[in-house]
Amino acid sequence: MQWTELIVFSALFLLVTVMGFVAARWQKGETLDHLDEWGLGGRKFGSWITWFLVGGDLYTAYTFVAVPALMFGAGATGFFALPYTVILYPIVFLPLVRMWSVSRVHGYVTPADFVKGRYGSHWLALLIAITGIVATMPYIALQLVGLEAVLRSMGLNGGGILGHLPLFIAFVILALYTYQSGLRAPALIAFVKDILIYLVILVAIVYLPAKFGGWGEIFNDAQAKFDATQSKTDGILLTGTNQLQYATLALGSALALFLYPHSLTGILASRGRNVIKRNMVALPAYSLVLGLLALLGYVAISAGTKPIVNQATGRPDTNTIVPELFGHNFPSWFAGIAFAAIGIGALVPAAIMSIAAANLWTRNVYKEYIHKHATPAQEAKQAKIASLVVKFGAVAFIVFVDPQFSIDLQLIGGVMILQTLPAVAIALYTRWFHVYGLVAGWVAGMGYGMWLLYNIGNPAVNKAHFAGSALPLGKISIFGWHPFGASTTQIYVGIVALFVNLLVAVIVTLIAKRAKAFNGTDQTDPSDYHVDEDSPRVKPVATH
Amino acid sequence: MPSDPKTGLRWSNWNLLLIVPLLMLITPWFNMDEPRIFGLPFFYWYQFAFVPLGVLCVGLVYVKTKDKPVVTGKPDKLGVDDLDEGAK
Repeated sequence: MQWTELIVFSALFLLVTVMGFVAARWQKGETLDHLDEWGLGGRKFGSWITWFLVGGDLYTAYTFVAVPALMFGAGATGFFALPYTVILYPIVFLPLVRMWSVSRVHGYVTPADFVKGRYGSHWLALLIAITGIVATMPYIALQLVGLEAVLRSMGLNGGGILGHLPLFIAFVILALYTYQSGLRAPALIAFVKDILIYLVILVAIVYLPAKFGGWGEIFNDAQAKFDATQSKTDGILLTGTNQLQYATLALGSALALFLYPHSLTGILASRGRNVIKRNMVALPAYSLVLGLLALLGYVAISAGTKPIVNQATGRPDTNTIVPELFGHNFPSWFAGIAFAAIGIGALVPAAIMSIAAANLWTRNVYKEYIHKHATPAQEAKQAKIASLVVKFGAVAFIVFVDPQFSIDLQLIGGVMILQTLPAVAIALYTRWFHVYGLVAGWVAGMGYGMWLLYNIGNPAVNKAHFAGSALPLGKISIFGWHPFGASTTQIYVGIVALFVNLLVAVIVTLIAKRAKAFNGTDQTDPSDYHVDEDSPRVKPVATH
Repeated sequence: MPSDPKTGLRWSNWNLLLIVPLLMLITPWFNMDEPRIFGLPFFYWYQFAFVPLGVLCVGLVYVKTKDKPVVTGKPDKLGVDDLDEGAK
């Protein structure tokens, strides 16, 4: 047991716990019994709060442990996280402000709310809501994987169910203050999280390379390690077969990120269009940190860091690479701060994700199908309870099912959420797609994507299915015809599935239009998409 | 500024700058070790250089399109009921 680390960690954890409960009173509105308040923090966060909130939301603890672990294991392919988070902002800059405006005019809380307003179809909205919930659940579970990596590095590495007890305690606390304070809790805690993360990364990036002979030496060590392995796809540079995979994974991830309900929650909680635009300029500061952090995977190679064996599963857990690197090379008290940074880094996104999933459940399932005349207060109550269910579901996932399953599911989740792009993102610009086309495209893209993922195996780790998202082009077949021959060039499955989705959506749309099928009623007006905070047309916050 | 009140789309040529950061997806341009800077292979520092470039592009678009009028096209004078009538 590493007592110094544990005490520093616990002290910081206690601090954010207090903040989490106090947050309920921070920038308080008239009432917390409304989704605008509980689920969106009153829709009034300014540039700074949004920066910390969205930054804390997008750059999660799992990213912070998994990306360096990927670099450690596979090399350059893991660096896709940098291009992903650089191209992200130019891509979403224009659509996001439109989404904010239309949501502000009509009081939309979730992406599925928008789809329902745009197409007048609660079935399409249900499809989007379910996709969002299913894709978000494993994401929450992964935050626990990040948190547990830290706890186990501190010596809380017990076996069996009892070994998960520290994780369970941390999550009960998180669940309680999220229940009470809603989105204000992660918004306030994000300040602590991000300051700690920046502090730790800056120190690590200056101190560690100097300790191991400088960056040149570190890259040479990494190259030597990858040269010694059997695999032909690892190395400090990309290879002939994985360059397309690198680019399409970065692009697909960037397209997918703001389709996740939790990312949109942070955006809808902001005060106005300029807040969002300023954040699109300022958020890449986190990308810089993420890129530097990724390189720590190579530093761990030079340092000879060994992943610790997870006593619950009996396997080495590569996600412990970064915690172990910090634990062995920093003084105990600083390692404690670093662990707290990652640990608290898990709480912020987990809270926002559970709120987003709860909003989806409440708005697009509960209010739509179970209790049509729910009052705003009943909605808020329902969402609070749903957030508890979602969190404990995630804990149960980690405790009773192999954590590897969550990682697989997260991979699937990315491909799934990408299939909502035509209905959510393209619909912001045009209603050209017919609602039948969108549903058919969703079914086709989802089905084909899942089938492709299912068939990706990796004999090296003894997995026959769901072993990754890199698909050799040669495996793509259209009823037995292989358009790319036996090519071994890899591509990201999500992009292939999205292509199929769009293709089917276009074809079915053309048919539906020819048949003059009814395409739903559009509740929105073209001018809604440009309304700003000072307009008289914005819907008052937290009224019915 | 060209705009189409029917579709509600607004366009500024500055928006084209948003395409520039996407150039970092062309991997053959930078998938090499040399030249290194501070020991970082070209592959890595080239991509790091895109972070400030991306900020610059998005920042320029923000500043240059900021003072445009918020609502274009015809002013919205219709009440909710009128709009309902119009939809028929």
